[in-house]
Amino acid sequence: MTAPAWTPDEMMTVAAARRLRDGAVCFVGIGLPSAACNLARMTHAPELVLIYESGTVGARPTVLPLSIGDGELAETARSVIPLPEIFTQYLQRGRVDIGFLGAAQIDRFGNLNSTVIGPYAQPTVRLPGAGGAPEIAAHAREVLVVMKQSARTFVEQLDFCTTPARPSALITDLGVFEPDPATRELCLSAVFDGVAKEDVVAACGWPLRIADRLGTIAPPTADELEILRDLQARTRDAHAARVRIRLPF
Amino acid sequence: MTTEFLSLRDAMATHVRDGMTVALEGFTHLIPFAAGQELIRQQRRDLTLVRMTPDLIYDQMVGMGCAKSLVFSWGGNPGVGSLHRLRDAIEHQWPNALTIDEHSHAGMAVRYSAGASGLPFGILKGYTGTGLAVENRAHVATIACPFTGENLTALPAITPDVTVLHAQQADGAGNVLLRGIVGASREAAMAARCLVVTVEEVVEELDAPMNAFVIPAWQVHAIAEVPGGAYPSYALGFYSRDNAFYQAWDEIARSRSDFLAWMERHVLGTVDHTEFLCSVGAAE
Repeated sequence: MTAPAWTPDEMMTVAAARRLRDGAVCFVGIGLPSAACNLARMTHAPELVLIYESGTVGARPTVLPLSIGDGELAETARSVIPLPEIFTQYLQRGRVDIGFLGAAQIDRFGNLNSTVIGPYAQPTVRLPGAGGAPEIAAHAREVLVVMKQSARTFVEQLDFCTTPARPSALITDLGVFEPDPATRELCLSAVFDGVAKEDVVAACGWPLRIADRLGTIAPPTADELEILRDLQARTRDAHAARVRIRLPF
Repeated sequence: MTTEFLSLRDAMATHVRDGMTVALEGFTHLIPFAAGQELIRQQRRDLTLVRMTPDLIYDQMVGMGCAKSLVFSWGGNPGVGSLHRLRDAIEHQWPNALTIDEHSHAGMAVRYSAGASGLPFGILKGYTGTGLAVENRAHVATIACPFTGENLTALPAITPDVTVLHAQQADGAGNVLLRGIVGASREAAMAARCLVVTVEEVVEELDAPMNAFVIPAWQVHAIAEVPGGAYPSYALGFYSRDNAFYQAWDEIARSRSDFLAWMERHVLGTVDHTEFLCSVGAAE
């Protein structure tokens, strides 16, 4: 068998993008969620509304931002508003359809840790922390999580619960997990083309349940791959450029 | 109150003293790097540093021993990874122990808003079931709505002794204009007992639209004109965020010795921000 012409990261991004319906209001985290949201906007969902927590509403970036508040977001946004209003009037008031999160650890229900590995008071690894995640998970109508899979990060017991979450889907680099309607436990519902379910089970730290009818996710289309790769190439070039400031004196 | 126009050195020496609670705000955009680095040059100690996102500027201040305490909501290098100096302080108490008062972004926004409004605390829907509500009991409480009985989360107001902002412009009277992403800068400014602002330029008259974010001069204690003062973050309309520098910082700050050598050469070894910009190759 020949190796697929795409990487697991690309497949994960494409699979996440496909779940975003046109016209939805999406609260976007940095990194993979941002790549997926912009890929969706550049393919099947041109009217997707992207809100970044920095206060940019309706951002339409041509390159992916490195930070959540790059100038590219402000300059392409419908409006730029104070950050407290993003969290109160948009998120808490219930104006966000989809929240899109990642984390360092996840448990079988979709609760997330992005705060510490080890005890909180004396962590072995101090992670960045909560940011916008807890309130995104609490107030968005629907939550999607994207995370690369490993038995080390898909855990029985979180070291710390940063974000209690009940995602409608967890997209990994191997497949898609969805909650059991009765227990809310995340179960493997589909694998990516060419991935064996045994590999997904092996890369999960809890005894993974598999849906009765396991689906297969279609590989990236030529269009999806080309648009994603162009976007990432433009982004790499843009971020590599050093800034020079013209001083007046 | 009349706004004083000072050099950055004098503005920091006059208004920021050891042991104070200080907020250098600006969300990714307009981060007052020059002011923070001047506080490092002046070897300020025992500060309680407040910022939603500590970013590289508090990584530097914590690593150089300026802080005893940190109030924050997201402590990473955006899009890159860890703040290694912040991690070293929390994980290994280097160069000194650092106490933390940690929140979510929504929580920090509420705390600043309460401070800006003269209220003792702010409320939000959130924190339920989070580890922060368990670990940070001193600063997180539950309160019942007096009208419906609904449980809400209460967080104490933040009222910094000094808030420092960077802005694009000030006029000769001391009115200050910010454009672009403002984060919680307005709330941090209005919550403070003293507001010091560094600006890209001082102009005759601000060209501000009617609903612009203008801080009136009588709220501004001091202004220092510092071109490039937000570098390596950015000032919309003046220069972009140096994303390549943010990526390079990951290596610079990874080890104590590389970090100290870099700070020695580029911050302690320069007299002001212009020299700093030349020293790191960011000036034209």
